[in-house]
Amino acid sequence: MTHSYYESSARARIAGLLEPDSFHEWLPAAERLTSPHLATLEQPAAFDDGVIIGRGSIAAKQIFIAAQEGGFMGGAVGEVHGAKLVGVLERAVRDRPAAVLLLLETGGVRLQEANAGLIAVSEVMRAILAARAAGVTVIVAIGGQYGCFGGMGIAARCASTIIMSEEGRLGLSGPEVIETARGVEEYDARDRAMVWRTVGGKHRYLLAECDVIVADSMDEFRHAIVAGIDNGDDWSLAALEREHQLLAERVQRFGACKDGRDIWRELGWADPEAIAMPDNDEFVAAAHGHRAKNI
Amino acid sequence: MENLKYRFDGGTPTRGVTAIVGVLGSGNLEVLVEPVALGGACEIEVSTAARGFGSIWQAVMKDFFARHRVGDIRVSVNDAGATPAIVSLRLDQAIETYIAQGKSKT
Amino acid sequence: MEWKSVVEQLCPDGHEVSQAGNLIRGYGRCGPHTVAVIGTTNHTEVGVELALAMAAAVINVIHDYPARPIVFLVDTSGQRLRHRDELLGLNGYMAHLAKCVEMARRRGHPIVSLVYEQALSGGFLANGMMADVCAALPEAEIRVMGLAAMARVTRISEERLSELGKSSPVFAPGAKNYLLLGGLDALWEGDLSACLMDALQSIDTTDHRRTLGHERGGRMLAYPVVQRVLASA
Repeated sequence: MTHSYYESSARARIAGLLEPDSFHEWLPAAERLTSPHLATLEQPAAFDDGVIIGRGSIAAKQIFIAAQEGGFMGGAVGEVHGAKLVGVLERAVRDRPAAVLLLLETGGVRLQEANAGLIAVSEVMRAILAARAAGVTVIVAIGGQYGCFGGMGIAARCASTIIMSEEGRLGLSGPEVIETARGVEEYDARDRAMVWRTVGGKHRYLLAECDVIVADSMDEFRHAIVAGIDNGDDWSLAALEREHQLLAERVQRFGACKDGRDIWRELGWADPEAIAMPDNDEFVAAAHGHRAKNI
Repeated sequence: MENLKYRFDGGTPTRGVTAIVGVLGSGNLEVLVEPVALGGACEIEVSTAARGFGSIWQAVMKDFFARHRVGDIRVSVNDAGATPAIVSLRLDQAIETYIAQGKSKT
Repeated sequence: MEWKSVVEQLCPDGHEVSQAGNLIRGYGRCGPHTVAVIGTTNHTEVGVELALAMAAAVINVIHDYPARPIVFLVDTSGQRLRHRDELLGLNGYMAHLAKCVEMARRRGHPIVSLVYEQALSGGFLANGMMADVCAALPEAEIRVMGLAAMARVTRISEERLSELGKSSPVFAPGAKNYLLLGGLDALWEGDLSACLMDALQSIDTTDHRRTLGHERGGRMLAYPVVQRVLASA
């Protein structure tokens, strides 16, 4: 079994993160809760609609978990898929696990379910926020091939904590979407290094769009998740106002930057070119004092 | 999309726990194996994105049953254009997982 | 419809609402209620500045006018599709706005939204779709993407999609389809201030959209799936 989070399937991630044999799945594949809309379009539909949900334990704490499978339709959210995520979050408000863990890998709304997909993503956003407002910690992990985009990029940022790997990507409109709409001069989706400097884990960490960055391994993700559970959540007006200030400062300070490198330079990195080089521990150490954080 | 069904009689009733392997992604497939009382038969249901490959599926499934001769089992396949070699590999993985899970739980 | 005309009709008892850029902001009187009005116009795209400005407006209402209802007037062609916005983390700005709306809800502000012109995907998620009551004018355009773009992505012909759109509210754009799916509480026609007063009488702070979608027959699985998760072992 691979120890890479990036390389693993959603099921393998659950198995790799949770304590052995602790996972209990809700609405598993055998329930055949497939998408009725894909059936209408005569497209094969995964037995679990691309998301695996259930409960389990991690470091002896009971948690609820949901893992999106990027391999099926890019992890996109349809009616059933979204309802499974909402179910986990609402159940958490009732049952009070130590946290809800969302392993997100998704392009956002499943366009084959257009309107139903958009409403589903909105329901997920509201369910995340309702869970937090009720005192449930919601932890998001992003480190798969498909990243986390579209409406689910917004949903991710509604959580208490985001953990990313360097390989993870987080944004709203994907590079291809912008390139298609505005042309290659606006955003060259094939320039992988530039895309990484825009939506990649290290850039997101330096901007404070994610809270923790880890190396691409199950152990690293697990450690960060356990720390995230221990840190809990701060759902308060004061926290929201700090975030507001951070986001306002970000536009002021970096609004004229054309490239991730310009932002990193502004953050005091003498050699922004070198950010891609160091391993995760070195990077985190070097980033100390060079992130766009609240003072 | 095409739906195909196969039934093979005379297998050995095989205990196990419901198993799913693979992912329904391009060039891949997912296989679900469940215990069902079928009088020793093995039923296979395939839902595939690619039309017109019925005879190849028939051959792959016949070969699968000849290898394992499992009975009282339902195999459900969702396919997104996997090659016969990949299909055979996933079927083997699925049945092995089904049996292994059965042993670890009892 | 022009936003000014919408505000006149929503708040016939007086209002102080103004436009700055594509942001609309102010307050109005509707029967016994004074409501905060926050919105956008000109089918604008929502980028980092506008999302932040809307969030600031919500925080301001939370601070200065406890429990005052907030009415979002929605007219957007979606999130701004620019490299710069992605570089700055537009999803984070949108989420921040959504969090501000949720915080307002939790502190007792009724949240109502009215799609008076256009609502598209990302621009709609962070405010309009966060409301307790989400309404639209019947002629409003609501969609994820156009049919042509959807045909490209799904590799299904536009003709076939239009055909499917006749029997299912899922595929084709339109306010009526969102109504059937439970994404909208109601279409507002006639006396808009009466509609708003009704909405303010019937605030339900829980997300009831899957129940509506089920009752109206447009989205039959979301509700039972959530129920099944809640009932699982």
